[in-house]
Formats: sequence, C-alpha cells, structure tokens
Amino acid sequence: MVEQKKQTKGKSVFIVDGSRTPYIRARGVPGPFHAADLAVLAGRGLLARQNFEAAELDEVILGSTMPSPDEANIGRVVALRLGCGDHVPAWTVQRNCASGMQSVDSAMRNILAGRSDLVLAGGVDAMSHGPLLFSTAMATWLGKFYAARSMPAKLQSISKFRPTLLKPVIALLRGLTDPVVGLNMGQTAEEIAYHFGIDRLAMDSFAVQSHLRLAAAQAENKLQEIEVIYDSDGNYYDHDDGVRPDSSVEKLAKLKPVFDREFGMVTAGNSSQITDGAAWLILASEKAVKKHYLPVLGRIVDSEWAALKPAEMGLGPVHAMTPLMKRQKLKVEDIDNWEINEAFAAQVLGCIAAWKDSKYCRDELHLRSAFGEIDQQKLNVNGGAIALGHPVGSSGARIVLHLCHVLEQANVKRGIASICIGGGQGGAMLIERD
Amino acid sequence: MYRRWAGWRNVDREGLGTMAEKQKIYLNWKPGTDEEGILWCYLDVADKSTNVLSSTVLEELEQIISAVESDLPKGVVIASAKENGFIAGANIDEFITTKDSDEALAYITRIHDLFNRIDSLGCATLSLINGFCLGGGLELALACRYRVALDDPKTRIGLPEVMLGIHPGFGGTMRLIRLIGAVQAIPLMLTGRTLDARKAKKLGVIDKIVPERQMQRAALNLIRKNAPRRTPSTLQRLANHDLVRPLLAKYMRSELRKKANIHHYPAPFAIIDLWEQKGGSEKGMLKAEAESVAKLFITETSRSLVRLFKLQDRLKSKNSDVDFKAKHIHVIGAGVMGGDIAAWCALQGLTVTLQDREPKFIAPAMKRAHKLFKRKLKQTRLVTAAMDRLIPDHKALGVEKADVIIEAIVENAEAKIGLFKELESRAKEGAILATNTSSIPLNEISQHLKNAERLTGIHFFNPVAKMQLVEVIHSAQTGEHWVDKASAFCQQISRLPVPVVSSPGFLVNRILTPYLLEAVALWEEGVPAEQIDKVAKKFGMPMGPVELADTVGLDICLSVSQNMAATLNITIPEKLHQLVDAGHLGKKSGRGFYQYEKGKAKKDKNMTISSLPDIEDRMVMRILNECVACLDEGIVEDKDLLDAGMVFGTGFAPFRGGPMNYALNKGTGDVVQTLNDLESKYGERFCAHKGWQQLDS
Repeated sequence: MVEQKKQTKGKSVFIVDGSRTPYIRARGVPGPFHAADLAVLAGRGLLARQNFEAAELDEVILGSTMPSPDEANIGRVVALRLGCGDHVPAWTVQRNCASGMQSVDSAMRNILAGRSDLVLAGGVDAMSHGPLLFSTAMATWLGKFYAARSMPAKLQSISKFRPTLLKPVIALLRGLTDPVVGLNMGQTAEEIAYHFGIDRLAMDSFAVQSHLRLAAAQAENKLQEIEVIYDSDGNYYDHDDGVRPDSSVEKLAKLKPVFDREFGMVTAGNSSQITDGAAWLILASEKAVKKHYLPVLGRIVDSEWAALKPAEMGLGPVHAMTPLMKRQKLKVEDIDNWEINEAFAAQVLGCIAAWKDSKYCRDELHLRSAFGEIDQQKLNVNGGAIALGHPVGSSGARIVLHLCHVLEQANVKRGIASICIGGGQGGAMLIERD
Repeated sequence: MYRRWAGWRNVDREGLGTMAEKQKIYLNWKPGTDEEGILWCYLDVADKSTNVLSSTVLEELEQIISAVESDLPKGVVIASAKENGFIAGANIDEFITTKDSDEALAYITRIHDLFNRIDSLGCATLSLINGFCLGGGLELALACRYRVALDDPKTRIGLPEVMLGIHPGFGGTMRLIRLIGAVQAIPLMLTGRTLDARKAKKLGVIDKIVPERQMQRAALNLIRKNAPRRTPSTLQRLANHDLVRPLLAKYMRSELRKKANIHHYPAPFAIIDLWEQKGGSEKGMLKAEAESVAKLFITETSRSLVRLFKLQDRLKSKNSDVDFKAKHIHVIGAGVMGGDIAAWCALQGLTVTLQDREPKFIAPAMKRAHKLFKRKLKQTRLVTAAMDRLIPDHKALGVEKADVIIEAIVENAEAKIGLFKELESRAKEGAILATNTSSIPLNEISQHLKNAERLTGIHFFNPVAKMQLVEVIHSAQTGEHWVDKASAFCQQISRLPVPVVSSPGFLVNRILTPYLLEAVALWEEGVPAEQIDKVAKKFGMPMGPVELADTVGLDICLSVSQNMAATLNITIPEKLHQLVDAGHLGKKSGRGFYQYEKGKAKKDKNMTISSLPDIEDRMVMRILNECVACLDEGIVEDKDLLDAGMVFGTGFAPFRGGPMNYALNKGTGDVVQTLNDLESKYGERFCAHKGWQQLDS
C-alpha cells in the first residue's frame, strides 16, 4: 500500500493546457447543449491550438455522472467528435462529484505507469438535461401491456392504468440523494453545520464572497480558461452566468431553506448552482512534453482519495488532503492557494472548522492535534461553485485547471484542489509550478 | 477498402457458364453465371475510370442479351465492377458528333431496340447500383425489373438530361412514368434533379436500399422471389388517363413557364408534349421520345450546354496533378462572405477555424452555417459532425495549423497589409495565403510581404453555396505553383477555379460593371426597371441587371465601378451616387432601385413601357465588348475559361454557352457592326474593341 502511494516520486505528470465551457445556469428547461456537445465545444478549440494532432493522443478520459441515453461511454462519443480518429481509446469515469477529478487522476496514473504519454482528461455534465424517468410501477405496467397479445388481455391491462403511474422520477433529485443513509446532499450539509456550529450568517457571508470574487475575476478577465461557445441560433456564451455581482447577505437572508424546509439553514443561495458545463486538461509525460515542445502549466505532484461517513460527505476534502499533505510533509502554511469545491457553504466552512478542531483531527483524521487554519484569502480566490455552479461531473477537472491558472497569475508555487463527493468521499490533488 | 464489394461470388468462369460468356471475351463486360443459374454482368468500361454507355459497351451488351435470349438464365444482374458507381450516363462525345437528326434517330433507335429486349426478357432482371446511376445508366436500370441501390451518400439517382438541352432518350421517359407515375416522374425529368438513395426508395425508383454488406443477398432475394415489377398506385396511374393527361400537362406547362423559357430551353417542354400526346401507349411514347430527342440533339441550346458541361469537367480536373490536400482552413472575417466560405469548407469535410474580432461577429455565421448544413445534410448526425468541424476562433489560434488561410475582412488595404504581414510570420510553411478581396490589387498587399510570390486571391461569389465559380487571382509576382495550389484547393471543395490576372474588377465584376452601368443609364433615360430586367431575362439572364445591382448592394456596385473607373474608361451614372448617398443600398437596406418587402422586390406589373430602342443590344454589347477587352489584355487564359467564368459566376444565359460562344455564333462581323451602330447613336463607350479583329483571324 505504501509502495503504491509513493509511486508518484521521481516521475512527473505535466498539465500542458486546458479549457472549459462557461458554466451555464439551468433555467428549469433543458439547456442549449447536451453533455457531449459541451465536451466537444470545450475541447475542439483546445486541440486546435496544440502542437500535436488529436489523433496523437494516447487516450481520452471523461468524467460524467448523467450522460443521456445517446451518450453511452460519452468519452468515446466525444473523442470521435473531437476528431481523434478511430484509433484513440476513450473511456468514461464516474465518481459522482469527483468524476472530473477522477479522470485527471486516471490519466495521471496511466502516464506514471508508462501506459500513456499524452492524455485528454476532463469532466462534463448537462444537469439541465437530467432525464425524467418512468417509475418502476409504470415500467411494470408498460411491460405487461406490451406482453398482452390478445385484445381482452390488452383491455384488461389498460383497465389497470392509473394516471399516478405517469408521475416521473426526476433523475437529478435521485442522484443527489444518498440511498444508503437516506439524506439528500443539502441535508448532509445541515449535518456538518450542526456538528461545527456554523450559522446561517456565516453560510450566507461565504456565499456572497463567492459571488463577489467571481464578479471581480470576470471584470479583471482572469478566467482565461473559458472557451467561448456558440449554439446554432446565433447565440454565444462567454462567461459563467450564475454570478450575482449584486449579491448581499441581506438578500440571501430572505431565501427559505430548501432541504430541511422548516428549520434548516441551507438555502439555494448558499449552495452550489445546478449548471451545465465541461472542462478539459491535457496531461503529458516528460517524454511527450519534449517530443511536441509543449508548454507546461503545472505539474501534478500527488493525489489522494478518502472515504468517510456518507452523512458527512462534505468533509471529504479534509479526509483526502490530510494524508496527502502528511505524505508530502506539507503544513497548511506551505500551500499558496486552495481550490475546495463549494458544494455548500456549510461544507467548505465545515472543512475549515474540522482542521481547527483538535478533537475532530484526533478522532477522525488520526492526527495528534489540530492541523491548522486555511487562510480564506488563499481559498477559492476567484469564487467557486456557489457563484458559477457545479456541473457535477465537470467540477473536479475545473478546479484543478483553475488552480493552475491561479498559481500562474499569482506567480506562486504550490496549490491543492479538493472536492467532496456524494456518498461520503473526498478527492485531493497537489499541483506545483516549477 | 480491403475487399472489393463487387465480389465475384460463386461465379464459375471455367466451364459451367452459359452461352453468353463461353463464346466470347468482352472488352467492357465481365459476365459469369453462378451455381444458381443467375447471370451476373459486371460492367467495367475499359480505359475509363467511370462507366459510361458508349456504343461499344452497348454493342457488347447486345451480344450478351442475344446469348441470354437463346439460353435463358434464372435471372440477370447488371452491376458495376467500378467502385465509384454504377453508370454515369451515355457517352456525350458520341452524341455531339451526330451531324443531323436522322443520324441521331438511327443511333437512338438501335438503343431503344436493345432496351426493349431487356425489358421483355423472360427472366428476372435487376440492376445493382453501387453509387451514381444517372441518365442512360438509370434508363438501363429502368429497363430491368428490379433495382437495388447502395444506401450511401455517394448514391445519386436521376435523369439530368435536360441540363444538356435534351431529355431522356433511351426509353427513360416512358419507363420512369410506368414505374412511379407521371406526377412524380415528370418533375424529376423537368428539373434534372438527382435523388439520394433514401429519396429514390421513397419515390419507388429503387426497390431496396441496403448497406454494402447486403447488396448481393438483396439481389438474390429479389430474383428468387421473381415478383412482378413495381407499379404506381391506382391514384398515380389515374394521372395517365387520356382525359386527365391534357389537364395535368397544361398545369405542368404553366408551372414550367415560370422557370424556363421555351425558346431557350425546349427540352423540358418536349417531355410534357410527348407525354401528353403519347402517354397512353408505351410503344407510342417510346417512338415519340426517340424522335423528339433526335431533334433536340442538334439544337444550338444542346450544343452550348454540352460545351459548358465539358468546360466544367475541365475546370474540375485541371490541377489533378498538383499534390495538395488541405485539412484545416482558417478564415478571417466572419461576415457574409467569410462566414459562408467557412461553412462551405466545413460542409466539404474540412476542419475550419473562423476568426473575427469578437464572438458577437462570429455567432451569426454559426447560425447561417447550421441552416446550410441542415438543408444539405438533413441527418442530425451529419449536421452535428459538420458543426463540430466549424470552430469559432476569435483568438486566432487556428492560424499556425491551417493549410489554407483565407482573408475576408473589410475592403481596406491598410488592414489587409497588416494582417497578411502577421499571417506570413505565423502560418506554417506551405500554407496557402489568400485574400477574398474583390477590389484591392494583389500587388498592393503582396509587395509588403517577405515572399510576395505566396499571396493569391481566392475570390468567391455570393452566395458561396450556390455559385460554383471561384476566381483565382494572380499577378506577375505570384508564384505559379501557388496559383496551382489555390486552384487545387478550390477543386477540393467542389468549386470551379478560373485563374484570373489581378486587375480592377478581375474578370466577372469587370464584365458585369459596364452592363450594370448601362442598365442604370437606361433607367435614367426613362426605361422602367421592370422593363430593363424583363429584357435581360428574355435574353437569358437569371436575374435582371437592376435587381442584380440591388442584390449585390449599390454601395458595392459603386465602389467596384469607382475602382475600375480609375483605369478603365467608364462613367458612373449620377443616380448611383444619389441612391448610395441617401442610404438606399438595395435589397439589404430595403430600398434601392426597387422597394423590398421581406426580401422580395416589389415590381410594378403595369408600368408604362418605354419605346426606347436598342435596350437589349445596349446591355449585351457592353458585355461582349468588355469580354474581348479582357481576352485582349490576357486577364483570363482563353475564351473557354471566360465563358465558364461568366456562366458559373453570374449565370450568364447558359443555353447561349457563355458570352464568347454567343458572339462567335452570332458572327464577330455582326457584333462589330452592331457596336458601330450603337457608337454612332450613343457615344464612344460602344467603340468596338480592337480585339475583335484578332478574333476574326
């Protein structure tokens, strides 16, 4: 086990370039792009500007949690549409909210193992296209109806039809509910808030900060990773449209809790938005960097996955970051920038609180004392998923890519991207610039 | 492809065959009988890349059919051994050499006899269509009882004879009507439209469309079943009733008159005539068809259209020896021209990056492209693929990777010079650098480049998806191989390149301008726009000059004219200045010479007709005179290319074969005489160019 964890030493995996679509807020109806469209639109400009041809990629890996029925192994669908040709293998990974980070991690592992030198890895989800499904009862009725051959049998079958059978199952809501502990994701955030005593004002303040930071970053044109995308009706999308530059604690205070409806604190305003988007990174071995004269945006030093109680899934980042940092002998102060995905304000604040809490650190993270305090000035400096949204499969790739740009713009060395995962897991990735 | 689809399945070539292949080795046919007793006749025309029905091919087919008649196989399959398709049609070279209609009739009658024999064979007959199946090829297939076609975009099925000024002559008029009914069949023949496999199946022209892997099994299946030939529905057959035909014919004729002039294009009218008169009897119709087509063979219209067809072929294949295949095109400027050029290239399968200053300038081009792809490709899957190939690129990231870079920004020399200097330093070695300018001399830009040889003009016409012509502009500085490469690129994207020397107006606009200005002059003299346009259309122009000027945009007409006025002796009518100054720019601004409503010109049908003489001559003679000036100055290599340019770039009366063909048919003496008369009446702009004399010699 120890052997495997140390395998990143010695060899390097480089992040060469990356791009993403703007994150487009879901507006209650299916958005203008399907998941595969988003991934193609984010990737084709990226590939067009490289020194190599798409067909020279060793593989394409795409994270996605809810591809449509037309997009089985969406990674392959997208690779073909991106012009990679018949001979570039492509696959799809699913680790819920970390699917995009999983694809980067899988690319890294394959490069380290010498199986690949040049990989396109990313994540996508078109949350607004989440399917409506027939219930099991309806599917059973339909199956019996189709099986009925004779007219009387058909009539009998029809007589058993009830309009309630037509009530759809909203896949998106089911996907955001933990089937094992029976809590939806918002309720897990309520759990964390309860555990660490995080109040509504703290959550709302954090959310406002996310919006204002994103608005400022947009105004300063800092989101260079965005690829402008176009639909077929003459519209184009060039920025994350979930941002509210006029957000304020007073406005957010008016919103009603949506998960624990009566007495809760987690509102739509202090949660991540439901959004469509895709993000890609190009990862390369040292060999590929030299062969194609590739620029280097950053280096993935190490990564970690961890699991914890599903009911506290939002604390996943501290569970993943702690062993990663211990292995790399890093203290909190050694990290120049943090990107922790903002599934919920309560959950990010929970992560900060957990590392400051010596009891939690001792009991849950096997540390001797509190790990330290993350400086919020270094955390999600350009805002996060509360402001720009969380297309579940895409976010993990986005924060890694964005962290690279943040480190470059601030001209600092080291950063960590981390994400909580529905079902009770966390993922973390350590990035360095040379 | 690792395996020829036209496999020689189970065909015994050694001993067990029938009379047909035992007795003779054929030059063009490869017949063989399989173990079931089905004769498979593969056509593989010797020394040609494409199957055509030449007389030797048909003579050999006569021999095969004679053998078949004397020893009837279980079935006969006619197929192609060439991968590119089935049969492209009759051999055009043979029918243009027929001297008179008697000779033509004899030629036609013999083929009729052969096809009638195939039609009445006592066994099942089938055509196995693996691609194009046009004209005479389809007529042969129609003589068979069944047709199976490859379900693939390369399959094109139709009777395009009218495009050559004739109509189907190998029994196709009768047999297509017999198969799918007159209401469906006649419009196909009148327009010469070709069908894709799916549409052909839907109409009933084809019995089965299948992927390559099922071609042989589908053929075997139909022959084993031995069912009767497909017939139209009762309702469709009703159209052929003696009492219905005259009514339908009258309607079809009146519809046709809206699109074609019987004096210019007699062939489609002849189809309606012969159906109306003889449609009641198969034999009668066949006989009437042969007589009618024999007469059309020798018309001026047919000769002109055939000449253009061959010219088109020449333009399609001229640079086939140049080794240049573009994969990635970068277009700069996403306006109407740039955006549409980009979309056209993506439609042709190329990767395209489309650059403009900001996304908002590119977005409308993406919408237009989507519309074009939907119209041309129909299937969602193919539309998506084409959209995926068209990459908006406001950051100009595609430059380094492009094989061809086409500039289509505003007509500003400074801006273009700056742009090309940058492009020259960034573009990869061997990439074509081209400008789509229509007014800036090439040298004005190229002299600022390190390698002045490299810049060419690739001048498209609007609308790009419709106009086949592309002027490939070069100057004395331009390297010849860059011109060849640019031409090869045009051919790659299915456009027709004509090399043209860089001089004001290039070729097409240079010749059009005096014509448009003359039309404006006529208007100033009191001739209504409607009348001017009517006269021009009667001559054979697809659109009158006044409406054309409005469509092109009066500002553009003015700038092109001013640009030419500097070096050529032309005067610009005052009215053009006035309209442009008043912001009446034509169709795009809603008003020019005409008023526009929903993009349509409002024409006054009851205008007072001017009795001014020489209207047609004044317009046409200015075209002809300018053509000769262009030839004299060497703007274009020869008169054939000039004619091709004018027909494919402006739609100049195709049945007249282009302006030079028209002038020569008329006689240069006659033309010069007319010019002299006009000069004495209207001034020196009609002075016959000195080039006319050299033409005579």
